[in-house]
Amino acid sequence: MKHVLGAVCGASVLLAVPAMAETTLTIATVNNGDMIRMQGLTGEFTKKNPDITVKWVTLEENVLRQRVTTDIATKGGQFDVLTIGTYEVPIWAKKGWLVPLANLGADYDVADLLPKIKDAVSADGKLYAAPFYGESSMVMYRTDLFEKAGLKMPEKPTWDFVIDAAKKLTDKNAGTYGICLRGKAGWGENMAFLSAMANSYGARWFDEKWEPQFNTPEWKTTLTTYVNLMKEAGPPGASSNGFNENLALFNAGKCAMWIDATVAASFVTNPKDSKVADKVGFALAPNTGLGKNANWLWAWNLAIPAGSKKTEAAEKFIAWATSKDYTKLVASKEGWANVPPGTRTSLYENPDYLKVAPFAKLTLASIDAADPNKPTVKPVPYVGVQYAAIPEFQGIGTQVGQQFSAALAGSTTVDAALSAAQSATEREMKRAGYIK
Amino acid sequence: MARMATTRRVVISTAMAWLFGFLIFFPILWMVLASFKTELEAFAIPPSFLFFHWTIENYATVQERSDYFHHAMNSIIIAGGSTLIALLIAIPAAWSMAFSPTKRTKDILLWMLSTKMMPPVGVLVPIYLIYKTFGLLDSRIGLVFILCLGNLPIVIWMLFTYFKEIPRDILEAARMDGATIGRELVYVLTPMAIPGLASTLLLNLILAWNEAFWTLNLSTSHAAPLTTFIASYSGPEGLFWAKLSAASTLAIAPILVLGWFSQKQLVRGLTFGAVK
Repeated sequence: MKHVLGAVCGASVLLAVPAMAETTLTIATVNNGDMIRMQGLTGEFTKKNPDITVKWVTLEENVLRQRVTTDIATKGGQFDVLTIGTYEVPIWAKKGWLVPLANLGADYDVADLLPKIKDAVSADGKLYAAPFYGESSMVMYRTDLFEKAGLKMPEKPTWDFVIDAAKKLTDKNAGTYGICLRGKAGWGENMAFLSAMANSYGARWFDEKWEPQFNTPEWKTTLTTYVNLMKEAGPPGASSNGFNENLALFNAGKCAMWIDATVAASFVTNPKDSKVADKVGFALAPNTGLGKNANWLWAWNLAIPAGSKKTEAAEKFIAWATSKDYTKLVASKEGWANVPPGTRTSLYENPDYLKVAPFAKLTLASIDAADPNKPTVKPVPYVGVQYAAIPEFQGIGTQVGQQFSAALAGSTTVDAALSAAQSATEREMKRAGYIK
Repeated sequence: MARMATTRRVVISTAMAWLFGFLIFFPILWMVLASFKTELEAFAIPPSFLFFHWTIENYATVQERSDYFHHAMNSIIIAGGSTLIALLIAIPAAWSMAFSPTKRTKDILLWMLSTKMMPPVGVLVPIYLIYKTFGLLDSRIGLVFILCLGNLPIVIWMLFTYFKEIPRDILEAARMDGATIGRELVYVLTPMAIPGLASTLLLNLILAWNEAFWTLNLSTSHAAPLTTFIASYSGPEGLFWAKLSAASTLAIAPILVLGWFSQKQLVRGLTFGAVK
């Protein structure tokens, strides 16, 4: 009997150990540099939380978006932490797909989050995701070429100045182009840039009644200016250039100016990757004096899907990865230049960071200059600077992007592209029931 | 004179064959070369062909970031498992349709083929929900099952055409000599069908190995095969060509080696016919 009892006790202990030992978190993420770094530092988190193990699913942005949407829409419960953009947060929060983050811990310091970024990941006053890194867009320019041409970049340049400088700095025989801009079709590719540019020209995607606005003079000015500028001062084949292509061109010394994501600043100033690392200056994205700059606002955020059964552990991980301590951890392991930027005020007050990041001041100013709740000169019914946070936008944005890319490539005219964009958007908005 | 013309023709046709072979192989060669470049060199214009700074840094990074062997093992299990099960089901089906056809056989074959005409994404949500209900998400058995179902029509069609090529007279002759059905299958049919079986097996293995829709959508980490391994190396922010090339080279290596060693069977199977 004693033996039997002993065996039963022993067996129950054995059975109980794995049950209480492990919570396995499955984290889905995009494969940008900062996320890969976070993946590499997972050991530090599990050291502090020995009862949690972490599994990573790293995927390319578009694949991840589709994969995660399928899972969350069916409440599949395959993921415990998701990396999502500011575009998804308000839409998914409204659908009840995300768990509000209420227990990030006493020392998390929510008030330290940059106000614009915090707004972008909140809905109805609740935080639905924690920002991991944030970005805006700005002008990156070659100080040596500007000096040679006797030009001086103002801190807040106007479009007129940028266009004029781009034309002056273009030397097609030497393979130097005045300006490199996105041309590849996609709602997150050329439309991110063009929507932000349109905002600075006083245009908007929809009016207060959700009527598409591509038939307005503001859009016509925007697209005409963009196409003419790129024809005169842009690199050949610009209609297939996205972030990476322009990064390669700029790093090879072929662009005098490049307007793109603020995260590019750390790539173009890195001597390992860039031939022009010590000759780059930064300025705010251009404006036309209407009160809006041509810059966007984006953040990659960590959120918990409603289907997860490990909310507590997931929140622990999110609090760790987006905390001030995490920033210090990255700084101690890989240096201050590699910490995830654009989420916390304290980072921009840190002298160690400001010393190694000459672009820090401009990044912060750019983020501050973008307002997702009031993105345009005229009022709009949507949230989002370079997108409208409605589920239909991805499809519409990409269709419109294809038209504008074709106009840049010269296979259609600006007028034809705008009218095709207008009718496509009208059709989709009618189908979705926004307009009659 | 005639001899010279023939020699010249041989030289020209050989050169053409090599040229075509090289053209087809070029993307793979380029991928392998890019995997040994630095990110900046992989993106450089004009591209350098052989004279660049060779490095194995990309392979080291890839192995450090993701567990190649775990993914490769999953690929082997999923591709191998689904192929074997598909063959087990398809052999009797194709055999019965080839040697004892009924008036509905043609319709059944066409119906099976028609299932391949629907884009898989059309049934993604229903399949996802079924898998969720039965706990098959992110499981190897779930992926084996779906790939087996997906490739079954092709396997049956291929085997059916191979079996049909075997003259019934040969089977009848065996029967005349007193062979039972079992003996007929083992000693007469199987040896004649081996090239066909081998090429079906190989083709199906390659199809299952490369299948990227279901494997990406139904797996997360435990059952994730090499397709998800590759998908984690391209990105819209930052340069990735060299690392992606290294990951792709690693992913195709096993199937390339298998294909190399079995190319004789593959060619024989594809040009197979009992009476040719």
